[in-house]
Amino acid sequence: MNTLIDSEHTVDHLEPLTGGTMPRMAPGLVAVVSVALGALALLLGVGIFGAVALAWLAYVLGLTFWTRAVEGSRKATDTLVQTLMWSAFVLAMVPLVSLIWTVVQRGAPVLTPAFLNDDMSGRALLGVGGGIYHAIMGTIMVTSIAAVIAIPIGIFTAIYLVEYGKGNRLAKVITFLVDVMTGIPSIVAGLFAIALFIVVTGDPLPRLGIGGSIALSLLMLPTVIRSVEEMLKLVPDDLREASYALGVPRWRTIVKVVLPTAVAGIVTGVTLAIARVAGETAPLLLILGTARVANWNPFSGPVQTLPVYIFQSLGQTTHFKYGPIWTDRVWGAALFLIIIVMSLNLVARIVGKAFAPKTGR
Amino acid sequence: MAKSIDVSDLDIYYGDFLAVQGVNMHVRARSVTAFIGPSGCGKSTVLRSLNRMHEVIPGARVEGKVTVDGQSLYDSAIDPVAVRRQIGMVFQRPNPFPTMSIYENVLAGNRLNAKKMKKSEADDIVERSLKGANLWNEVKDRLAKPGMGLSGGQQQRLCIARAIAVEPQVLLMDEPCSALDPISTSAIEDLIHELKSDYTIVIVTHNMQQAARVSDETGFFNLKAAGQPGHLVEFNSTQKMFANPDNEATEAYISGRFG
Repeated sequence: MNTLIDSEHTVDHLEPLTGGTMPRMAPGLVAVVSVALGALALLLGVGIFGAVALAWLAYVLGLTFWTRAVEGSRKATDTLVQTLMWSAFVLAMVPLVSLIWTVVQRGAPVLTPAFLNDDMSGRALLGVGGGIYHAIMGTIMVTSIAAVIAIPIGIFTAIYLVEYGKGNRLAKVITFLVDVMTGIPSIVAGLFAIALFIVVTGDPLPRLGIGGSIALSLLMLPTVIRSVEEMLKLVPDDLREASYALGVPRWRTIVKVVLPTAVAGIVTGVTLAIARVAGETAPLLLILGTARVANWNPFSGPVQTLPVYIFQSLGQTTHFKYGPIWTDRVWGAALFLIIIVMSLNLVARIVGKAFAPKTGR
Repeated sequence: MAKSIDVSDLDIYYGDFLAVQGVNMHVRARSVTAFIGPSGCGKSTVLRSLNRMHEVIPGARVEGKVTVDGQSLYDSAIDPVAVRRQIGMVFQRPNPFPTMSIYENVLAGNRLNAKKMKKSEADDIVERSLKGANLWNEVKDRLAKPGMGLSGGQQQRLCIARAIAVEPQVLLMDEPCSALDPISTSAIEDLIHELKSDYTIVIVTHNMQQAARVSDETGFFNLKAAGQPGHLVEFNSTQKMFANPDNEATEAYISGRFG
């Protein structure tokens, strides 16, 4: 400031606003050099992981120090952190892409109409035919019943928590218990279902579809409650007040204003909760057992599901004669399970978009 | 169909906190009454207690008496839902229902209460209410479009249309123009003038010129001191209030020497 005031006498200069700039192709250039370095290491017999690590280190250090030399330390830090962030992202993507690629590559040829329409009855165990029809149907049936049990309870609980129990003791206790429930290991949910149906049926080792559904609904419930609760909290109080001010009773306000406003998020949350439990194995292995044919009666007898089918088939892949057939079945079933879960995710997105409040002109 | 409101010895609490103390006033039927005063002095709180919207906030309660047309609003036998059907409210921020079209927003008060009506009857209510709110000409060709697509001023007039569609006895307005530009504000003030012939209107405003322009009577609220409850300092005809108020504090506030 003083220099400004004194500027009658001395001509004041603005600090230069320009600085050194990296050439635009710098990252590419460093990358090429790093890859070359890695390739050289590979030729010298370092091993693939060592070579990749070396190339990565060369890239990070090379680019950072070059930037430091040309643009200064602030820009160098920026470059370093940006590179680390991208590295973390790529590292996270590697298993995902590799998994999808392998499953599609190995599973796609197996997924023939015959494989989808056949079950494991007859001579399937001897490598003739065989398919996952019964497991698909079992998964759909057990998961749907679980959804029918968990969704209403979950939505009503969330409505209580947000609309009626705001901050009272009961709501706090429920929220705490829901948090505890989130941490229940899935195998314990299966044990609970078994214990329950030992009491109900008197059978020392009950096998029935509804038991699996109850185990899954236990696992779904906290997810549903939490996601619906968050969505209801997002509905502005202004809308509730607007509705009350029109003389609309509370329950009608909830049904006609709050739920429609939040419906997109609720549907998405619920669908993701379903997708989450559709791949559950441990509890179903306990209570559903395994079956070779489709069992449409959820109240009696074992039911096969895809995850359990995969688990069971995996045990046969080392068979001296039928091993390769079982391996194919594992990949096919795994791919179909991924397809089911992915389509549920997709449905959730589409429904979410379709129901979202409209703001267009 | 307009009704007068009598308020006597009204104390309003949020939990244990006494927000407003000892309010006495008489709001005349078919007139506009304005509440002015600095922020946090309890104008909105008093307004919300006039149709039992106050108790929507957990822990909020009221002591004293509010009488509309001889019925005490806080009697135990009174149904707050019935009260709100008779005494409509327009809020500070326009809040049309985002899931509904313009048409459905206007009918919300009827539809949400599952009132059965013929299509022609519904069309009639929509047209009458939108005309009443000075919005008809702007939206008549796009009634099926979402209410959220309108501009702020239009949304606020849509909310007024929604409030008058259920034909309330009294219309409460909580700073209805504070988020609007001068042109929209002027449209809403014109509207208040027109509505006065049919409704009893109570309006909270921070804009003293607005109070002077639209109201017949004015109540000035103030805090006794920081942390003390708000109270009604003076309640008088707007003319007297702005020309020659009884209370020194009122004059100080209105002339801008304070607040």
